[in-house]
Amino acid sequence: MHELGIVFYIIRDVKQAAEENGVDHVSAVVMNIGEVSTVVPDYLTDCWRWAADKEPLLKGCELKVHIIPAVTHCDGCGREYETVRYGRTCPHCQSEQTWLLRGNEVEIKEIEVTNTT
Amino acid sequence: MDDVRIIEIKKSVFEDNDRDADALRRELKGKGVYLLNLMSSPGSGKTTTLIQTINLLKDKLKIAVMEADIDGDVDARKIREATGIESIQLHTGGMCHLDAEMTRQGLDGLTLRDTDLVILENVGNLVCPAEFDTGAARNAMILSVPEGHDKPLKYPLMFSICDVVIINKMDVAPYFDFDLEQCKEYIRMRNPRAKVLPICAKTGEGVDAFAQWILDEVTAWKRQS
Ligand SMILES: Nc1nc2c(ncn2[C@@H]2O[C@H](COP(=O)(O)OP(=O)(O)OP(=O)(O)O)[C@@H](O)[C@H]2O)c(=O)[nH]1
Ligand SMILES: [Mg+2]
Ligand SMILES: [Zn+2]
Repeated sequence: MHELGIVFYIIRDVKQAAEENGVDHVSAVVMNIGEVSTVVPDYLTDCWRWAADKEPLLKGCELKVHIIPAVTHCDGCGREYETVRYGRTCPHCQSEQTWLLRGNEVEIKEIEVTNTT
Repeated sequence: MDDVRIIEIKKSVFEDNDRDADALRRELKGKGVYLLNLMSSPGSGKTTTLIQTINLLKDKLKIAVMEADIDGDVDARKIREATGIESIQLHTGGMCHLDAEMTRQGLDGLTLRDTDLVILENVGNLVCPAEFDTGAARNAMILSVPEGHDKPLKYPLMFSICDVVIINKMDVAPYFDFDLEQCKEYIRMRNPRAKVLPICAKTGEGVDAFAQWILDEVTAWKRQS
């Protein structure tokens, strides 16, 4: 249960941010999840629902997932390409001297707080 | 009317753990304790390899073992019975990996008096443990022959963070069409610095190379501490 572990880390960080900002209920948490990070978004949101509802701060709080497309940079020709489609080998020059530019993120982007007035 | 306030956070979920792990590594260095994190899929031979390795090293180093599992204490007992060294079981509470905080709690359960080397047998899994730095000085992993030589392509992160890759169960290589040279090449593509050590933990063949690597590492670590 990889995703459940991640959810506990998210809850800990969100609690801390809420405290620093004097917030007593969070309505949404927005995540940046890289396409080639090992996190499966559906599992993550399932685990989130189960764990978040146990916390008064996060009861009913929605987890929104932004997928960050994975991009690889090629040192051979200096160009970039879609990681998921082409893997490690550059489609422009066939070089294998390539590295992941982005797409590995498991990051809390922001939290949303709704004030009903 | 609902008005939504947005608070920007922009923080990696792994950030706090990475910081805890660095702090733990520094503390262990100060104490002259070398922590080795050993990872692999379930059943690839971690416990068998550890028993062989410890028996080669226990006269030269004071060693302790932490066995991390979701449940049970079979492995900790096995190590104690086969080697006589201090060995404890850590339970991860259903979690698929150990993080730096759990590792620290485990270390608190050891005597650590004059201990040179602590080996952590991590939860059997090639995905999650790779993402959570435990605070170990070095990471080692075992790939066993029946898993296939293409694993470095499928679990690149695990292979890229390990300083040593042990290839175990070499005795059964002919039955599995395991191509060692191809495997080494795939590992090199992911991690050019990794040391690759083929062994057979069942007979002990090749284990001396792993023991020697550990001995050199621990000696260097203590010189710097
Ligand atoms: N043929 C063969 N079998 C081996 C070898 N090394 C280990 N085994 C067998 O593989 C099985 C699993 O070995 P363990 O050492 O318990 O593996 P492990 O990685 O500690 O397993 P978990 O802790 O359950 O993840 C046992 O039945 C061992 O006897 C080897 O070199 N050759
Ligand atoms: Mg074991
Ligand atoms: Zn290129």
